[in-house]
Amino acid sequence: MEYVSSLTGFRFDGRRPNEMRQIRGEIGVLAKADGSALFEMGNTKVIAAVFGPREVQNKSQQIDNQALVRCEYSMANFSTGDRARKPKGDRNIISYSADHGSKYINTFDASFSGKNLKQIDIFLQVLQADGGTRSACINAATLALADAGIPMRDIVTSCSAGYLCSTPLLDLNYVEDSAGGPDVTVGLLVKMDKMTLLQVIALMPTFFFFCCCICFVLLFV
Amino acid sequence: MKEILISLNQTQKVRLQAALQHLDELASQVSSANLAVTVADTIPVNNEDGILKGHGTTEFDGQVVATLCGIVERVNKLVYVRTLRARYKPEVGDIIVGRVIEIAPKRWRLEINFSQDAVLMLQSMNLPDGIQRRRTAVDELNMRSIFEENDVVCAEVRGFQHDGSLHLQARSQKYGKLERGQLLIIPAYLVKRRKQHFHHLEQYGVDLILGCNGFVWIGEHAEPIDSEVLEDRDKIPKDKHRDTPLEVRRNICRISNSVRLLSALGFALSVEAIVDTAEASKSSNVDIKDMLGAEFYVQTAEREVQRRASLLKKKRFV
Repeated sequence: MEYVSSLTGFRFDGRRPNEMRQIRGEIGVLAKADGSALFEMGNTKVIAAVFGPREVQNKSQQIDNQALVRCEYSMANFSTGDRARKPKGDRNIISYSADHGSKYINTFDASFSGKNLKQIDIFLQVLQADGGTRSACINAATLALADAGIPMRDIVTSCSAGYLCSTPLLDLNYVEDSAGGPDVTVGLLVKMDKMTLLQVIALMPTFFFFCCCICFVLLFV
Repeated sequence: MKEILISLNQTQKVRLQAALQHLDELASQVSSANLAVTVADTIPVNNEDGILKGHGTTEFDGQVVATLCGIVERVNKLVYVRTLRARYKPEVGDIIVGRVIEIAPKRWRLEINFSQDAVLMLQSMNLPDGIQRRRTAVDELNMRSIFEENDVVCAEVRGFQHDGSLHLQARSQKYGKLERGQLLIIPAYLVKRRKQHFHHLEQYGVDLILGCNGFVWIGEHAEPIDSEVLEDRDKIPKDKHRDTPLEVRRNICRISNSVRLLSALGFALSVEAIVDTAEASKSSNVDIKDMLGAEFYVQTAEREVQRRASLLKKKRFV
């Protein structure tokens, strides 16, 4: 399949290979949460809610001089084009969301600052999935944390990139994502110039390194 | 802040926008250009004079960097960031309203919208019989007769203990359990610290407590009970079965709807503004339930514009 038109050099959705989708962010979308944000990257839409800093609910989990950050990630059944089948047991969902949650926590850990923080809960819900849900979740959570007034050393931003038809592509959508090519998701601390997340799926040709570079450069812009 | 969802028609939309724009202009005339920052923005400072980094700032690469979104405030050498929207930050002497969530040995734990629960010790609390004495084990067992779980309590911030926990005190008749009324939870930044946080609105027969933590209590007026009067005990049980008159209940709802309205519009809460809004709704014959409707919402915004404009004029004459 031809993901990049050999004639015009444009992608399916009319973007150039190094072009991002339109992004839109809105804060304060929920009344009861301490901080909340809605983030859209093209058709991908994620809502994030932050509660806290608050008292640790389970005392045995308390860590001295460190905030307990919990994150719950879920994807709405209606978020994808195909009708999602119900998983058989609830346990699957829990382990899945716990696994994903810990990934987001790892992304943020480096950027939290402040001593007397107790427990911070982040809830992420994917409303529409069109590729790049992980990046959108990270961006949404950053906005929600900033909205909640939680001190952070830096802003975490994220974007993905892929490699199809021997062309590096920035910010894959669902069709390009499911094409089976390699893709990489990067989380960056812009000011500190540090990387908090680098996730590569599938094998990477040598040329692919170039793709990462594009991703970096565009995130800085 | 989407507490109230209102569908405005076209003219109302235009009026609201005009009013909000007007408010923006007025605000920009008053405030000296304060710097607004977001997370990871560099705060420009003059490094030659010593700088003290306060809340919401950190140092990176020799620069002062904000860790919060908000307004940069400077007090002499101190530079700090005041957040726009965050949880309540207690200061000693603040009057707060909280909800009891747990009874622990010799203490109550209160939820006050802070990052941790506040502690109200039995010993920093006036006993119901009003006698000053050592608290005994019997008092400890009778703690539930003073406050139970889910009771709404008014108290004062006493200070931080060594372990970082927040302690409260309620050593006066004006503090204590709040009954016969409504508790509203609004963003803490809308309540400014004043000399007076207890208000008795005589024309309504209503007590209004603006807690610094954004908990607002609106209840039937209760006379502060002297300890001498308390001695004839028969009075209290009678009191308990008394109903609040309908008129007072209506007044409570009217006042609380004005609080809801002002907080939805994002206006700072002062007792004058609340009473003004309630009076305006009465004089223009707006029903209590219609106070949260579109028309009154826009009217309130327009009234605020007029109020601030006249304030500004007065200031200029002086």
